[in-house]
Amino acid sequence: MLRLVLIALLAAVPMAAGAADVPEFTLTIQDHRFSPAEMTIPADTKVKLIVVNKDATAEEFESHELNREKVVTGNASINVYVGPLKAGRYPFFGDFHQDTAQGTLIAR
Amino acid sequence: MLATLLLVFREVLEAALVVGIVASATRGVTSRARWIGSGIALGIAGAVLVAACAGWIADALSGSGQEWFNATVLLAAVAMIGWHVVWMSKHGRELAAQMQSVGRDVTSGARPMTALMAVVAIAVLREGSEIVLFGYGLLAGGSSVPALILGAVLGLAAGIALGVMIYFGLLKIPVRHFFGATNTLLVLLAAGMAATAAGFLTQADVLHHWTAPLWSTDWLLRDDSTFGKALHALIGYTSQPSGMQLLFYGATLVLLVAGMRLVSAAAAKPKRAAMQPPVAT
Repeated sequence: MLRLVLIALLAAVPMAAGAADVPEFTLTIQDHRFSPAEMTIPADTKVKLIVVNKDATAEEFESHELNREKVVTGNASINVYVGPLKAGRYPFFGDFHQDTAQGTLIAR
Repeated sequence: MLATLLLVFREVLEAALVVGIVASATRGVTSRARWIGSGIALGIAGAVLVAACAGWIADALSGSGQEWFNATVLLAAVAMIGWHVVWMSKHGRELAAQMQSVGRDVTSGARPMTALMAVVAIAVLREGSEIVLFGYGLLAGGSSVPALILGAVLGLAAGIALGVMIYFGLLKIPVRHFFGATNTLLVLLAAGMAATAAGFLTQADVLHHWTAPLWSTDWLLRDDSTFGKALHALIGYTSQPSGMQLLFYGATLVLLVAGMRLVSAAAAKPKRAAMQPPVAT
């Protein structure tokens, strides 16, 4: 019963196709650092972040301000959708190497 | 070592709080140690498996496999908690009465212990798989093994200590109010899990409505503080919830509370006519 309601709830949310005209931005992880460490993206627009991990080991892309967390395994890449964001600064970090893996998205 | 300690502590903390609540909610069940132990063991095995398949999971479903996986196991845990609290709203009163009159543990009868075992397993699996990936990365990167082990053990111990604290704290609640209190905690736990699931589905662009944060309580309590993490695990606290997360949170609360009320009202009616002795095994 509960599961049925949950499924109905999920289905009730329109799953429009979208995604076609979402601008893409690429972040690269190398030696447990993000590059670019600061990246500007358009405000009030949904964007697709492509996080490319060039290290051999896994990292977790995480941001409290963006409410995002996603593991990216070694030598792999992930997509993370963010926004539409209000203009401002949104720090993110690599959860597995917080001492070096720090960066900021700037929405303007 | 400190980085390992902190990461392991943060991950273990969330799982340990869930286990602590489940352990107290199953007070009075003689076989609960076996059920909870099995849940933890299954969770650890699952964590290693998920970590080993992390790349494959991430690539599945055109790159949104990880979000689907997380959202699915979280919603499964929500359903399991729902099953248990609804069952308890029917039988909790008898259980409390028996515990008071007999003054010792009673067997659970048909209590859905598998549901709570699954909840424990899912909590351990989600947090554990990150520890495995992190630890494997450090090992592969040539970090010192003793320092790694020491950090992991200390982090694990600290996380478990908090889980034990919440367990004994909950046991102090008088028996009369006990199952009401643990049921409330389980419902909030489920609502938080549903909201987290909504976050994952938004991140994967599966849900794309009401994605903007409704407010920010960053000034009061940050998500990355230990207390913020603990509240996140307990009641799903997040300093900047989206509208969709709030909807999932509220819908779960309403569904579970309504389910409990309905069942408890139905159970109260024919009570005198067909009062049955508890199932003893």
